[in-house]
Amino acid sequence: MSAVLDNHAPGDHAHDDHHAHVPTGWRRWVYATNHKDIGTMYLVFASTMFLVGGILAMLIRAELFEPGLQFFTPEFFNQLTTMHGLIMIFGAIMPAFVGFANWMVPLQVGASDMAFARMNNFSFWLLIPAALMLTGGFFMPGGAPATGWTMYAPLSLQMGMSMDSTIFAIHLMGASSIMGSINIIVTILNMRAPGMKLMKMPMFCWAWLITAYLLVAVMPVLAGAVTMTLTDRHFGTSFFNAANGGDPIMYQHIFWFFGHPEVYIMILPAFGIISQVIPAFSRKKLFGYTSMVYAIASIAILSFIVWAHHMFATGMPVTGQLFFMYSTMLIAVPTAVKVFNWTATMWRGSMTFETPMLFAVGFIFVFVIGGFSGLILALAPVDLQLHGTYYVVAHFHYVLVAAALFAMFAGYYYWCPKWTGVMYNETRGKIHFWWSLISFNVAFFPMHFLGLAGMPRRYADYPAQFTDLNMLVSVGAFLFGLAQVYFFLFVVLPTMRGQGEKAPQNPWEGAEGLEWEVPSPAPFHTFETPPKLDPTATRIIG
Amino acid sequence: MIKNISNKLVSCLRIPFVLLAAWASTAAHAVGDLPGGPSVWEFDLQPAASKIAEEQHWLNNGLMVVCAVIFVGVFGVMFYSIWKHRKSVGHKAAAFHESTAVEIAWTIVPFIILILVALPATKVIVAEKDTTNADLTIKVTGYQWMWGYDYLKGEGQGIDFISRLKPGMREMSRDGANKDGFPDDYLLGVDHPLVVPVNKKVRIITTSNDVIHSFSVPAFGVKQDAIPGFVRDTWFKADKVGTFYGSCTELCGKEHAYMPIEIKVLSAADYSAWVATEHKALANVPAGPDKVSALTGSNTVDVKASRS
Repeated sequence: MSAVLDNHAPGDHAHDDHHAHVPTGWRRWVYATNHKDIGTMYLVFASTMFLVGGILAMLIRAELFEPGLQFFTPEFFNQLTTMHGLIMIFGAIMPAFVGFANWMVPLQVGASDMAFARMNNFSFWLLIPAALMLTGGFFMPGGAPATGWTMYAPLSLQMGMSMDSTIFAIHLMGASSIMGSINIIVTILNMRAPGMKLMKMPMFCWAWLITAYLLVAVMPVLAGAVTMTLTDRHFGTSFFNAANGGDPIMYQHIFWFFGHPEVYIMILPAFGIISQVIPAFSRKKLFGYTSMVYAIASIAILSFIVWAHHMFATGMPVTGQLFFMYSTMLIAVPTAVKVFNWTATMWRGSMTFETPMLFAVGFIFVFVIGGFSGLILALAPVDLQLHGTYYVVAHFHYVLVAAALFAMFAGYYYWCPKWTGVMYNETRGKIHFWWSLISFNVAFFPMHFLGLAGMPRRYADYPAQFTDLNMLVSVGAFLFGLAQVYFFLFVVLPTMRGQGEKAPQNPWEGAEGLEWEVPSPAPFHTFETPPKLDPTATRIIG
Repeated sequence: MIKNISNKLVSCLRIPFVLLAAWASTAAHAVGDLPGGPSVWEFDLQPAASKIAEEQHWLNNGLMVVCAVIFVGVFGVMFYSIWKHRKSVGHKAAAFHESTAVEIAWTIVPFIILILVALPATKVIVAEKDTTNADLTIKVTGYQWMWGYDYLKGEGQGIDFISRLKPGMREMSRDGANKDGFPDDYLLGVDHPLVVPVNKKVRIITTSNDVIHSFSVPAFGVKQDAIPGFVRDTWFKADKVGTFYGSCTELCGKEHAYMPIEIKVLSAADYSAWVATEHKALANVPAGPDKVSALTGSNTVDVKASRS
């Protein structure tokens, strides 16, 4: 997939024999230390997990098409919802964004690779046993965990052995994320090419720098929560057992202290991608670069002080409810600033609407809907109506699927010429976009109404009044799933096989950045000597 | 006023869908709206039967209007820009990429809007938390998978019973598609509803026997987790006579969808009559640790057996 093209200055022959040999066969992948190869592996892994998680979603929607249990027992249904969540979050979204980071961060800052190339390899390969332990839960006695992805105590204490293998998998995935984040932070802080000041760095790198700090801060907290669950289950502790002085609500506090920054971990890199795509296709610089950096930083900092908005129904004192309501509402401010700045970037630009731009504009549209439903949920009195209902399911699917996933699609379409050397098929890209956007909204918009009308979540069967909306949701979901199968088979696979128009070094008229200063596909090694940059740090001179 | 306009709009939205559903469901007997519970093709919260629920409706509708206005504003601007500022119509890109004044404005204005929304919400939170001076206090215990109600204080003191999903409904669910159609209170009706008097402040104390459950009744605007080993409380004051439905809203194991809540709100006279009848019936039940199984009759669920 990567050509063996040299990219260093003429006369510098000392390295020739060192990289005339690109590893081949299985060793290339198992022993990979190249950020591009590791990025590819993360993306392939994430795509596979996405399809597995997607199948689970299709099974859920098949059961919920009509009232009554048609296919599964309620206990298996609870396993489906739990595993769908865990696989999508830890197997699909997070590794996919790490894949984007691996591919693009070194290229965008002018570094030859990640700071710790072997640790990078370990970060990736840890995910394979983790995924096996996670998905293997279905085949263990008692089946997969059936607690919801949030794994609340004391229900988690009633689960079979798959709960323990899930806990182990979470530890492995957490270690992988922490090591990956260390790599990203050190690469960005220490290995930028001379002249690439932090405030000239592409927004995608800023987004990942901040996300990496969030990961390092909160993954250990999740590890704490699940380890306490493990010891409560098997080693006689009573962290979450009131009979011996423990507190089930403490689990929720610890979990959500991780959980809330976690959802920002899943959206900040998306913001970074959108902040690259919109200026490129508007042929205009990002509006308010400095504010955008401050906005991402404020969102990250605020994300640490809002966690208990997931716990408004637990019986919190008034002061607590007020504090968490106010802080949650506050996050809307920097988020709104970002939306306004993207719009101002488009304003009076010279826009074209190739597929990356379609997904970027689509992102803003669905993200704002998701953001508003989040703001409504932030109002604690309203949350008392909507907590634990389908309104919450609608909200987080809008921000995670519609937003994070669409941003990833935008990033794929934008950067795949650089990764593969060929252009994707534009017509098929547009089909993928419209099919996904429409079916997504058919699937998830009615969930707001289901929640308002009172349908609880994690229900295998429901009062018959909810039937018609559920049917609509299921049909939309099946169509959305089909759209993604279409995407992988008819858009991604051809580009991975090199089938498509040869891509120029920079296929996008308005795109700027160091990744567009190297050939397409990007050579196996790039920037082995730090490039000399122009004053804007977007072009290589000399 | 905003509430009335948006309520009216929302209820108009239902009409075409109700017609569509009526036309589509000619094969089986279609389910109808359940008064006090969910409605078919419902786009809004369940009708309020308490002041607190009305306040929650008002907050929700109000914020939705604010969001809708901002949405139309932002996307109006964006879609105009998409139409006019395209390369294909010959528009050339401008060069500006910052403006401190504009940035400050669109930071301050949202901030002010949020404060204006947070103020009324604050009042409702304080009101929701005030469980003092209740006329009636009932302890609600979550079990896997049913609710237990104990009348602790006030008229009806001493009454306690278990409330479970109506007999036959669990089998209906297990059997899948039902050619006779599902009853209107499918998965909502219970064998022994909670009974409270109208216009009296009822304090609900929640706890659990096993895992976390959540006692939720949308018509009253009530939701309170039931946590094992802890007691929490909330309150409601029903302002209409009738039957109202709720559900467990915290995943509690395999039968999480099968432990609904049904509350009958009676006039003061009817309530007193009910209390008298209940006391007579309960006089025949033995006290002691087997009380739960005695009360639930012949197909007892072992409340400790909860391996899912």
